[in-house]
Amino acid sequence: MRRLSLGKWLLPLYVALAVVFLVTPIVQVIIYSFNDSRRNNTIWGGWTLDKWLNVCDQQGVCEAFGTSVAVGVVATLIATVLGTLLAIALGRYRFRGRGSTSLLLFLPMATPEVVLGAGLAAQFLAVGMPKGFWTIVIVHALFCLSFVVVTVKARVASLDPALEEAGRDLYGSGPQVFFRVTLPLLTPGIVAAALLSFALSFDDFIITKFNAGQVTTFPLWIYTKKTPPAEANVIASAIFVLAIVAVVVVQVAAAARRKRLGITR
Amino acid sequence: MAFAAFGGGGAGAAVAEPVALKRSWVAIGLLAPGLAYLALFFLAPLVSLVLTSLQIAPEGAGKGEYVQAFNWGNYAEAIASYWPHILRSFGYALIATLAALVIGYPIAYFIGVTARRWPMIQALALTLVIAPFFISFLLRTLAWKQLLGENSWIAQTLHGLGWLPSDQTIVGTPFSVIFGLTYNFLPFMVLPIYTSLERLDRRYLEAGSDLYASPATTFRKVTLPLSMAGVVSGTLLTFIPAAGDYINASQIYLGSPQTAMVGNVIDRTFLESQQYPIAAALSVLLMGIVLVIVAIYVRRSGTEELL
Amino acid sequence: MAAAGAFAEAGADLELVGIHKRFPGFTAIESLDLTIPAGSFFALLGPSGCGKTTTLRLVAGLEQPTSGRILIGGKDVTDVKPFRRPVNTVFQSYALFPHMTVLENVAFGLRRRRIADPSGKAHEALQLVELDHLAQRKPQQLSGGQQQRVALARAIVNRPALLLLDEPLGALDLKLRRQMQLELKTIQQEVGLTFLHVTHDQEEAMTMADTVAVMNKGEIEQMGSPEELYELPRTVFVANFLGQSNLFTGEVRGDSGEVVVVDVAGVGVAVPKARAQRHRGRVTIGIRPEKLLLHPAAPEPAAGVNVLGPGRVVDVSFSGVSTQYTVAIPGIGDVIVFAQNMVFGPVVNAGAEVWVSWGVEHGFGLADEGPEGDERFADDTSTGSLARQTREELLEELGEA
Repeated sequence: MRRLSLGKWLLPLYVALAVVFLVTPIVQVIIYSFNDSRRNNTIWGGWTLDKWLNVCDQQGVCEAFGTSVAVGVVATLIATVLGTLLAIALGRYRFRGRGSTSLLLFLPMATPEVVLGAGLAAQFLAVGMPKGFWTIVIVHALFCLSFVVVTVKARVASLDPALEEAGRDLYGSGPQVFFRVTLPLLTPGIVAAALLSFALSFDDFIITKFNAGQVTTFPLWIYTKKTPPAEANVIASAIFVLAIVAVVVVQVAAAARRKRLGITR
Repeated sequence: MAFAAFGGGGAGAAVAEPVALKRSWVAIGLLAPGLAYLALFFLAPLVSLVLTSLQIAPEGAGKGEYVQAFNWGNYAEAIASYWPHILRSFGYALIATLAALVIGYPIAYFIGVTARRWPMIQALALTLVIAPFFISFLLRTLAWKQLLGENSWIAQTLHGLGWLPSDQTIVGTPFSVIFGLTYNFLPFMVLPIYTSLERLDRRYLEAGSDLYASPATTFRKVTLPLSMAGVVSGTLLTFIPAAGDYINASQIYLGSPQTAMVGNVIDRTFLESQQYPIAAALSVLLMGIVLVIVAIYVRRSGTEELL
Repeated sequence: MAAAGAFAEAGADLELVGIHKRFPGFTAIESLDLTIPAGSFFALLGPSGCGKTTTLRLVAGLEQPTSGRILIGGKDVTDVKPFRRPVNTVFQSYALFPHMTVLENVAFGLRRRRIADPSGKAHEALQLVELDHLAQRKPQQLSGGQQQRVALARAIVNRPALLLLDEPLGALDLKLRRQMQLELKTIQQEVGLTFLHVTHDQEEAMTMADTVAVMNKGEIEQMGSPEELYELPRTVFVANFLGQSNLFTGEVRGDSGEVVVVDVAGVGVAVPKARAQRHRGRVTIGIRPEKLLLHPAAPEPAAGVNVLGPGRVVDVSFSGVSTQYTVAIPGIGDVIVFAQNMVFGPVVNAGAEVWVSWGVEHGFGLADEGPEGDERFADDTSTGSLARQTREELLEELGEA
């Protein structure tokens, strides 16, 4: 009577169920990282910490992990630099062809991964470039680029142009204003974009498969083992826990800062 | 996150008016490297793809050897051989997108509107929604394979209840593929809708109820239209990768040969049998259809500023 | 009740009976009883956080009272959901639906109630506020004043028994606000609805309303016509919130039938008995600044005139129609005098020695005691009420966010 009863308990209940649905396979992955498996990690063989303590014993897993990190870092660097420049241009300047540039940047996001992968593979084939580490980096930087542009552009758009004008008013030259005012204000957006890039790159399978050649990234390694050993679960679980802890720390810090400043949303 | 930005689209974009044609050489300098990269590694490959799709195998050529031609027959052959896969891809992607929308909208509404008063719950729910991003796509799909597999408690319970015939499995059916697609792309649906709902001014809802609209009508006439930008980007972010996905549909994950999607065919023809022209033709077809659908959809829903 | 079918024939009475509203941690409204007769323009006036917006939201059905009843036209609507109440609101932020045109916004309520010819009636309402030519625009394309008028049209087109106005003019600039005040008043007289207007702007309340209720700390301090409230405030809060007052506190020294004489720092000040709330003991009396006269020399004592002085002019500030003089009188403190600008330049300059006088009939005696000493113009800043105020503002913000 007093309030819409639907919102009162039905919706939270539904969301709780949905969260269970979302988290179930994650829990499964984490639990099986403690599985005392012999050959097949789909059969439960009791709890053990062995796999956590001796991850790299399994052949290739740590090399694959290292490759993924290296690819992720380099690709993120390229995508973040190029994407930030594009985002500033799109957000701050009006030029002929601005609309088509935006569309061109949207296209990679609207292209199914398998098409991006096959296209680049066809290209590398056509020019006779051997597939390997650098071809992976090139494709990863490509599909991260659009996401970086979108993320940083949103930040540029929310930036008050008066801040830059104030910088110029206070005797800042063009480059000084850029490095002392614009860039610091864009940093949160750029950091978010870089993290996103790395996450996208690290977990990519489809595009990588078309362009990896003999190099094995972490997802490719999982794929080659039809039933991946528990060591894969160990690495994935460790990354998951780290990521969640990072998110929670950031959120708690933000909440604490809000509280200290007395801002209630 | 980027999805948030993507979902945001028009709303936030209008704040700063770009400097008119001022110092445009700076703009050119900023644009040049990125555009060159896109030209070299996005546009050129698309051209390669189209060229490859028109190649022909010369007499007596070995596996994977083709010469350039204008053999449009590759498209006819690709469609003739693989039209069921193409149809299946879009059918599965469509159902998975609708399912993700139906499942995801209430979650986004809860986080974005209902939970506003409790920032901690809001943050927790949001973290849990993006949690699947933090664990390997392949491993979480394999986890579902195990959870839905023959010996799992889920399958056993369904068999026990008689809801699932004893000779029937869950894994390997269209259901399990669509289930996997829905699960894997659900966060892409929830996040943009959440961002547009989070911005929704509660006073519009009060105005609705003040103007004789019941809660259901207020939702239909006010909340839903105002979150449309999020719904459009959410459905696109779900539909596009789902249509091109082949992990879920592959035999070693949640699928079977009967559930193969066009991605599976492209993967096989390109990387295994090395029938490059057929694989390229299928890719061009897939991309063409996706772009046409996206263009029509974006135009119809009147959210062009999203781009 | 008014969900379907026809319009309300005319405005309806609003009755609030014993309303309490508690939010977690504090009480927003403390036992409120109020009756607003049909067809009147009623203003609830008070500082932010006094509970006036909460009252409005209770009437609209957007909040539920902790206890008490709400009756509209004699019918109990306490448990009726907002969308079934014969009430419409002009929101402070206007809350115009951004995805609809102006016309669709105005026709929204009519369509929900399935009233015949919604577009036609919406156009009529837009003509009333002189915005019919912008019917196809989106709200974002209108100026603040235009948006305000659309919000008004969207509410009155439904012919509610009761129209609630939640500081709808707050966002407008001064000139536009004056103009809209007059327009609102005219429209109210034309359509004959009951208007309940919430505002913290005392001038606005006095210009527009037939009856003003001054609210403070969740209670109504005084209610009456604007003239009555201004000329004869009953409490220190009203005397200071509605215009400015010079207040003096002292013991009643004498009682001469018609007047009481109060000892203000050794000087006897007379106040008509009929205009004083208390006649013995320690009382606070007041006089409006524009009722005071400045004298460069000590005036002759006369019957029916109170004189204070001498004092020194410490500040002169020119404000167009009048000049405000601040006179420091030893033992009494600062006294404010408004003098109309009848001649060019100030009558006296800062530093001059002056006396002030006023006719006894203009004074008033209050029911409560004013603050001592220099703080006669102080706002209500006791920590308790500040805390309450802040908390309510926070809650409002939270609700809006």
